[in-house]
Amino acid sequence: MYAQMVKSEATQDDPEKLAAFQEKIDANIKVEPRDWMPEGYRKTLIRQIGQHAHSEIVGQLPEGNWITRAPTLERKMILLAKVQDEAGHGLYLYAAAETLGVSRDELTEMLLDGRMKYSSIFNYPTLNWADIGAVGWLVDGAAIMNQVPLQRTSYGPYSRAMIRICKEESFHQRQGYDIMMKMAQGTEAQKKMAQDALNRLWYPSLMMFGPSDAASVHSEQSMGWKIKINSNDELRQKFVDQTVPQAKYLGLTIPDDNLTWNEDKGGWDYSDPDWTEFFDVLKGNGPCNTDRMEARNKAWDDGAWVRDGLLAHAEKKRAAKTAAE
Amino acid sequence: MSKEWPLWEIFIRGQHGLSHRHVGSLHAPDAEMAIKNARDVYTRRNEGVSIWVVEANNIAASSPSEKGPLYEPSESKIYRHPTFFDIPDEIGHM
Repeated sequence: MYAQMVKSEATQDDPEKLAAFQEKIDANIKVEPRDWMPEGYRKTLIRQIGQHAHSEIVGQLPEGNWITRAPTLERKMILLAKVQDEAGHGLYLYAAAETLGVSRDELTEMLLDGRMKYSSIFNYPTLNWADIGAVGWLVDGAAIMNQVPLQRTSYGPYSRAMIRICKEESFHQRQGYDIMMKMAQGTEAQKKMAQDALNRLWYPSLMMFGPSDAASVHSEQSMGWKIKINSNDELRQKFVDQTVPQAKYLGLTIPDDNLTWNEDKGGWDYSDPDWTEFFDVLKGNGPCNTDRMEARNKAWDDGAWVRDGLLAHAEKKRAAKTAAE
Repeated sequence: MSKEWPLWEIFIRGQHGLSHRHVGSLHAPDAEMAIKNARDVYTRRNEGVSIWVVEANNIAASSPSEKGPLYEPSESKIYRHPTFFDIPDEIGHM
């Protein structure tokens, strides 16, 4: 899940308007930008969609790391296309958030000064080529798990962004699994790299769904408003059940000794990730938090003259055109 | 903070001779860049053969609060639909 621990805002609106709003949500009527909505709904959505957008953008960094070192030209072009998609996904989401009355630049600045977060997963490094496979397979796999139900979310622009993203996301997971297959069927050294990538990225991927339901304090209101559709543990369970046979096909071992089939629930029992580590990474103490934020700040600062220059050029052209008329 | 690029609404004509359809929005300094960016963002998988861009603040829209009065006339004139009229079976397709 690209949005974790999204704090839902209490709302102090007219009870009659609130009831009518809830009726609309319950009847699956989409909320559109100019419709009345509770302040808490608006603020929670800005936080959630913003965090989701930031994750798409920061998520380009661990993968971008391997574009120049991809093993073949074809792999390089594929990875480039995938990373370009992520930029597009970030843009669809920023545009959806903007319809709620926050500007694109405000959102960026809130990311850069730490007021807004991105998914914990992107604070882990990509150390070998198999990590790019594991990211597509596991990280995009986990993201899809969360994004598919969000296509039905109550806010129209968010739902439409999700539909578009889901159409493109399947390519991402498949290209990741394709890399994993190649590595797992390769030499002993390649197979070891694949196993190493799975070992390091398994638990961080489970963390993407956010804390366990028992510790998840913000879910109830968000679920009532249909901006969250499934609970964290539900989605995590689905993800584990989907991934176990895929790992088996690769001949790789999921790094969890407690992984056992549970006939009663028709799913796998698994170990929870280390939640202390999760909260620590969110606080800024993951292996790459500093690097990621430095890279985003540098891109923003270094690009300032381009943004200003293009705008100045556009204004000059407009002025010349007006003068000529 | 420098000034933000204006927001553009993007409309794309798909492959099959349909009208241009709203697909989303983006920021760009001018129309030319908006079309270039729209090409990169909204047609990466053959989605279109023609792009329109309109600066968002040039769009006038109906107000959600007028929904009732604005559309009432169409709701009360059900005879505008062909199914309002009963045509005998022996007439065949009409």
